[in-house]
Amino acid sequence: MFKWLEENTPKLVLAPSFIAVMVFVYGFIAWTAWVSLTRSRLLPKYEIDGFIQYDRLFASPRWDTAFGNLFIFGILFIVIAMILGLLLAILLDQNIRTEGALRTIYLYPMALSMIVTGTAWKWILNPGLGLEATVRGWGFENFTFDWLVNPDMAIYTIVIAAIWQSSGFVMALFLAGLRSVDGEIIKAAQVDGIPTWRVYTAIIIPSMAPIFLSAFIVLSHLAIKSFDLVIALTGGGPGYATDLPATYMYAMAFSRGDIGQAASSAMIMMMVVFTIVVPYLYSELRSKDG
Amino acid sequence: MKSYLTCAASTLALVASTAAFAGPEAEVLHYWTSGGEAKSVAVLQKEFADNGGTWTDMPVAGGGGDAAMTALRARVLSGNAPTAVQLKGPAIQEWYEEGVLADISAVAEANNWADVLPESIAGHMKCEGTWCAAPVNVHRVDWIWANSDVLSSNGIEMPKTWDEFNAAAAKLQAAGIIPLAHGGQAWQDATVFEAVALGILGADGFRKAFVDLDKETLTSDAMVAVFDQMRKMRGFVDPNFSGRDWNLATAMVMNGEAAFQIMGDWAKGEFMAAGKVPGDDFLCMSTPGEGFLYNVDSFAMFSVDGEEKRQGQDLLAKLVVGQNFQKVFNLNKGSIPARTDVSLDEFDSCAVLSADDMAASSAGGSLLPSYAHGMALRGAQSGAITDVVTAHFNSDMSSADAVQQLATAVANSM
Amino acid sequence: MADYSMHTVRNNNPIGKIALRWGLYVMLGIFAVFYLMPFFVMLTTSLKSLDEIRTGDLISLPREVTLDAWRTAWSGACTGIQCEGMRPYFWNSMLIAIPGVAISTLLGALNGYVVSQWKFRGANIIFSLMLFGCFIPFQVVLLPMARVLGMMGIAGTIPGLIFVHVIYGLGFTTLFFRNYYVSIPSELTKAAKVDGAGFFRIFWSIFLPLSIPIIVVTVIWQFTQIWNDFLFGVSFSQAGTQPVTVALNNIVNSTTGVKEYNVDMAAAIIAALPTLLVYVVAGKYFVRGLTAGSVKG
Repeated sequence: MFKWLEENTPKLVLAPSFIAVMVFVYGFIAWTAWVSLTRSRLLPKYEIDGFIQYDRLFASPRWDTAFGNLFIFGILFIVIAMILGLLLAILLDQNIRTEGALRTIYLYPMALSMIVTGTAWKWILNPGLGLEATVRGWGFENFTFDWLVNPDMAIYTIVIAAIWQSSGFVMALFLAGLRSVDGEIIKAAQVDGIPTWRVYTAIIIPSMAPIFLSAFIVLSHLAIKSFDLVIALTGGGPGYATDLPATYMYAMAFSRGDIGQAASSAMIMMMVVFTIVVPYLYSELRSKDG
Repeated sequence: MKSYLTCAASTLALVASTAAFAGPEAEVLHYWTSGGEAKSVAVLQKEFADNGGTWTDMPVAGGGGDAAMTALRARVLSGNAPTAVQLKGPAIQEWYEEGVLADISAVAEANNWADVLPESIAGHMKCEGTWCAAPVNVHRVDWIWANSDVLSSNGIEMPKTWDEFNAAAAKLQAAGIIPLAHGGQAWQDATVFEAVALGILGADGFRKAFVDLDKETLTSDAMVAVFDQMRKMRGFVDPNFSGRDWNLATAMVMNGEAAFQIMGDWAKGEFMAAGKVPGDDFLCMSTPGEGFLYNVDSFAMFSVDGEEKRQGQDLLAKLVVGQNFQKVFNLNKGSIPARTDVSLDEFDSCAVLSADDMAASSAGGSLLPSYAHGMALRGAQSGAITDVVTAHFNSDMSSADAVQQLATAVANSM
Repeated sequence: MADYSMHTVRNNNPIGKIALRWGLYVMLGIFAVFYLMPFFVMLTTSLKSLDEIRTGDLISLPREVTLDAWRTAWSGACTGIQCEGMRPYFWNSMLIAIPGVAISTLLGALNGYVVSQWKFRGANIIFSLMLFGCFIPFQVVLLPMARVLGMMGIAGTIPGLIFVHVIYGLGFTTLFFRNYYVSIPSELTKAAKVDGAGFFRIFWSIFLPLSIPIIVVTVIWQFTQIWNDFLFGVSFSQAGTQPVTVALNNIVNSTTGVKEYNVDMAAAIIAALPTLLVYVVAGKYFVRGLTAGSVKG
């Protein structure tokens, strides 16, 4: 009896979490899928009605914009935040004297709720109030930075604010990873006369592959969840030019009493995520086996 | 001796029974959280307490009630609905259809609500014939505010038609003043749109388009004209309007940077908080066109368990439509009482004008619900219309395209 | 601590070295400005009076510094009928965040340990399935969770909120720990097993001490997520159990009232202070890292 317990301890320890995830993640995804096939409005109904919600979804110009924005925003945000985070981590790893202070400076944006930081960013990015006005005040009359009020460029301001908020955490992830690399190997490489940058690219960064995975997952999660950021910075505007699936979903579910729509948009979004994350995960975990 | 004992016994019984019943209670979910609004609600809480009630406050600000609606949904689904919720417009009937509202007809009839409330407003408070909500105030949406100095120094009068407005705007632009201070958020775009629509379509046209969702009206030439005027309005705002908060736009009018703002009567609160005097420093008038677009805040009563909560609902409903609360709340908030028999002596000139207009339009059949503020249509439809309006305003979409998209969006949202 | 800083590089050019060093600091400085800019705006706004905000330039320094907004934000701002500021809500957030962080971190560590060191058939699949939980948008989860919490009888309570946050934090905490433990050679565990140590013993004496950097990262992440969460906080609480984010939202987001930007900024900074404290304290542990010696054993 005890032998069985002892042999299966790992599985038993993992079990509660696994079951919780199965119920509260996959169970709820199944619930969402079900609701996306109904005519639910204010509260969920359960009579299946076919794919009308999806028809409505694909006929909505606002969803087209939101969906396209997911890719623009997602790709830019993830790539730039990763690069910036890695760069900052490497820079900070160089025995900087004020490392503690700088680390907090890069990290603190994540602590601030976007509800209010969004207002500050709105003022900074607004041509009449912020950066453009200030730089023009310094004499550069032709300086323009009106992305915020330009329907085509507004999404990039969201990217900037999002990177500002989250790259510090990515930096922290990479810094933890850098600090855990076996110092012996590094010393050996340096004794062999390999230049520092080469040490980074050939030895350190490859050994941090799991950290890249963590960073990617964290950033994708933030990209998908980006709701407060958009609402605070542009409210989805100008018009609905900066709408994202998360804001679309929220508007449908809670402002418009259209839960069926919200569910269908959620399903589409999760399918997209699935198709991107699963291959990455597969290749990552494959290489780890053995 | 015997009488003494019976007296003591009955007193004891009385005390025991009152102790067992804790008094009316109400947990109230609302989104009045700023200083002025909170003061107004505190009036109700005090009256409630004075009548023996216990008020549990559950405030959730934001998005004109979005966050509160989120919390409400979660609470209802978890079986724990609040006693009273700040709801307005068709949302009340939508919740009624889910079977979660309570019936307060007894209170309504005992207090003659049908007599003291205008008909259109009373209609919103009823669910299939029974009373289910209590109205708090009437906000007028289709106001135009102006800086009186700017107007007089440019020889402009308050416009009575949209053509007059366009002419005045051209004059102002020539003088280097922004004609229209506007905040580029979807609800503000929608507010301007419906004011323009009321003026161009007329009261009947507005009703057909935004209450009945009549396809012919939505695709009519008059609607194209509405979008044409919106395109002109777009030319009258400054380049940085996008995303601006409504109160910053009001500030632009206050300091003379801009001449006009089209905004509901809560703008008055902003003017007065800055010490401006209506009639002297700033002017208020109905936007060009016949009619009155109203936005009525109200408390809907949800189905709850427990005698205390039910009594709380009845008491709350009675107090909300009571004379005292209607007067004090609206004095603080800047709107006018929903009740027609409240004396307006202490209200300012813009409020009096609003009340007169309301009475007149109610008699003339042009007292209409605001679509932009969720009174005329359910969320899905009004949201669909706003999407088109704001997309049109923020792009160079043609009016013909906009009208087509409008019809499609409305059909898609049903 | 990995010791591959610049100055161990054989570089015979002292001027080049100094230039590089300066360049480094300049770059770090420029980035610091980028990160600090919004905070600068928030801070200066919080120190201005409303009149100055209304009439002045939104980005400039205050002409007259006043702490009124801070006082109001802490104990006088209206979050509804009560005008007691943010103070009453802090305790609720603490009650939610501290257990939430502790439990989810512990569970994540154990899960990561299992999946990376005690490979059994399907471990990787289970891990992948758990990982996908990181992507579920909270709006999707809100309504079914409300129903479930209602059935469990913990809707509107602090334990209910802790429960929700732990569940949705599991994906991340497991990810962080698993990825960290994966780079620890399995010889370590094997050797310990040979010595007779059991599952928990190995975890407690070997892995936990090695985990300082990743515990730091996980705590930073979880505390931030839980403390700053608004959606769950507003939906699954009621009067008396509302966290500080709900109070902040109520102060800042009143739609038709007069906006007091200075109070809003002060309130936001106050709300962020505990998280910032966590960053500063946890950051100290970044300095101590995995030492090569203990891994080699």
